Amino acid sequence: MTTYLARRLAASLVTLWAVVTVVFFLLRVAPGGPFDGERRLTPEVEANLRAAYHLDEPLVAQYARYLGMLLRGDLGPSFRSKDFTVNELIAGGLPVSLTVGGLALALAAGLGIAAGTGAALARDGPRDRWLTFAATAGLALPPIVVAPLLVLVFAVTLGWLPAGGFTTPAHAVLPAVALALPYLAAFTRLTRGSVAETLTAPHVRTALAKGLPTRRIVARHLLPPALIPVVSFLGPAAAALLAGSMVIEEVFSLPGLGRYFVQGALNRDYTLVMGTVVVYATLILVFNLAVDLLYSRLDPRIRLGRTGRGG
Amino acid sequence: MNDLFRHAALGNRWSRTCFLALCTVIVLAILVPAVSPWALDEVDWDAIDQAPAAAHWFGTDGVGRDLLTRSFSGARVSIAIALLATGVSVLIGMPYGAVAGFLGGRVDHVMMRIVDALYALPFVLFVILLIVVFGRNPYLLFIALGAVSWLDLARIVRGQTLAVRQEAYVDAARALGAGRARIVLRHVLPNVLGPAVVYATLTVPGVILAESFISFLGLGIQEPDTSWGVLIADGARTMQTSWWQLVFPATLLAVTLLACNVLGDRLRDALDRRDTVRPTPVAARDASA
Repeated sequence: MTTYLARRLAASLVTLWAVVTVVFFLLRVAPGGPFDGERRLTPEVEANLRAAYHLDEPLVAQYARYLGMLLRGDLGPSFRSKDFTVNELIAGGLPVSLTVGGLALALAAGLGIAAGTGAALARDGPRDRWLTFAATAGLALPPIVVAPLLVLVFAVTLGWLPAGGFTTPAHAVLPAVALALPYLAAFTRLTRGSVAETLTAPHVRTALAKGLPTRRIVARHLLPPALIPVVSFLGPAAAALLAGSMVIEEVFSLPGLGRYFVQGALNRDYTLVMGTVVVYATLILVFNLAVDLLYSRLDPRIRLGRTGRGG
Repeated sequence: MNDLFRHAALGNRWSRTCFLALCTVIVLAILVPAVSPWALDEVDWDAIDQAPAAAHWFGTDGVGRDLLTRSFSGARVSIAIALLATGVSVLIGMPYGAVAGFLGGRVDHVMMRIVDALYALPFVLFVILLIVVFGRNPYLLFIALGAVSWLDLARIVRGQTLAVRQEAYVDAARALGAGRARIVLRHVLPNVLGPAVVYATLTVPGVILAESFISFLGLGIQEPDTSWGVLIADGARTMQTSWWQLVFPATLLAVTLLACNVLGDRLRDALDRRDTVRPTPVAARDASA
């Protein structure tokens, strides 16, 4: 278990390093720089600015400097928002994104597993058909379609919920719902297929034959093995939710990580873009690791590393 | 192969409806901009920000351009980019999967570990970075989208190749002295083509979605050209006063995605009768923006 964890952590760090390296050099070969504005700077001012941010050093030296800073947890100063460091900007944006994203993931996975199980248990009945249809339709409703429509209905027309900003818990509702919807559909379909397959497994048939109460069969015998593919979808779903939140944050004017990434990309604010990418990649790698550890709890046969749990 | 597509498209009433809807969107995308009395960027000064009416069936946008023409010009762009990007993903994914599956062993292991690692990353980030770095042009957009959409295809092709590799005709070719490259090109690739085409078809809605997402953020297609993402972004800004500017393009996008997804499911079922238990990455990708 410990060996496994160490190996996985090492692999994650290598991936993170690769991401940082690719993005770093990608941004530096880009034409144009952070100081190209409408107002032309005099050569002296620009040279001083470049020196202040160490942009005049050779590329390799800049890269080494950046890696060194990263190791100390310092993401550097923002090139554009002059009074802020990237750490400060991200510290402001991350809680917003995590709140909305976490809520959306919980909604999508929770409701999706419930709906998918319900559909599979009533297989080919009317309830199954309706849920399956809703799930297929839900996949066709991406955030860029759903988010504006939700604002139009619930904020503008009905006035039940705020349309934008992020000051009260109510502000998180519409963004989370808009973000969750396609993943709710995906979780439903995935759970339905997996539960339907597990229903035919010998151990479930045995449990049914013994006359165990349905509730107990579902909770003890059916769901744990059936949820393994669902759990493995949590990783990609979380990654996609992070990306989807860029649109959501734009529509609902949330001061989150996605907005900083898009703004940074548009303004060529290298350090801000690098910082958001580092945070994104770290979040996803940590999450994927957690998901893999969850596997062994669902199916004791999946032993991680050589000395598994109880093995 | 043809049977497969026929079965998927015409199998039951629901999939026939979807097939018909998809064909309608495509035919209209070809016809409407060609026969419309309004040009893509032509301003009707008498009908600025106008609701649907006889002269403008979908209404006009904030500067008085005909929304019907723009919606279907946008359809052209969105669909064309999706098809081209899918082509790029086939060009990368097929050889990658075939080589990994055919060589097997350590090479296969390393190549598939790379695919696994790439799965973990939010690819839209990289597409956005590439666009920012190399400038916004449609060619780059579809190449970048294709370059990040080949993972599923590589996996499928690899799996098929592993099976095909065992076939007698591959042994026969080897016995006759054919080189590896020749075996892959002449014997393996043609035989994994069927599933590869199906999964390539399934890539299309995902790419339509990604393109609309990027254009929505203002990073993709630029005015006066348009795509569904651009139109929906405009519509979202003005929806409080002019609902039609959001509703028409959003409906078109949703209908197209729905039809593609339903037909894709049917295709997958036709190809593989078992219930898919594995999380089909394509379904996940369809859902992701």
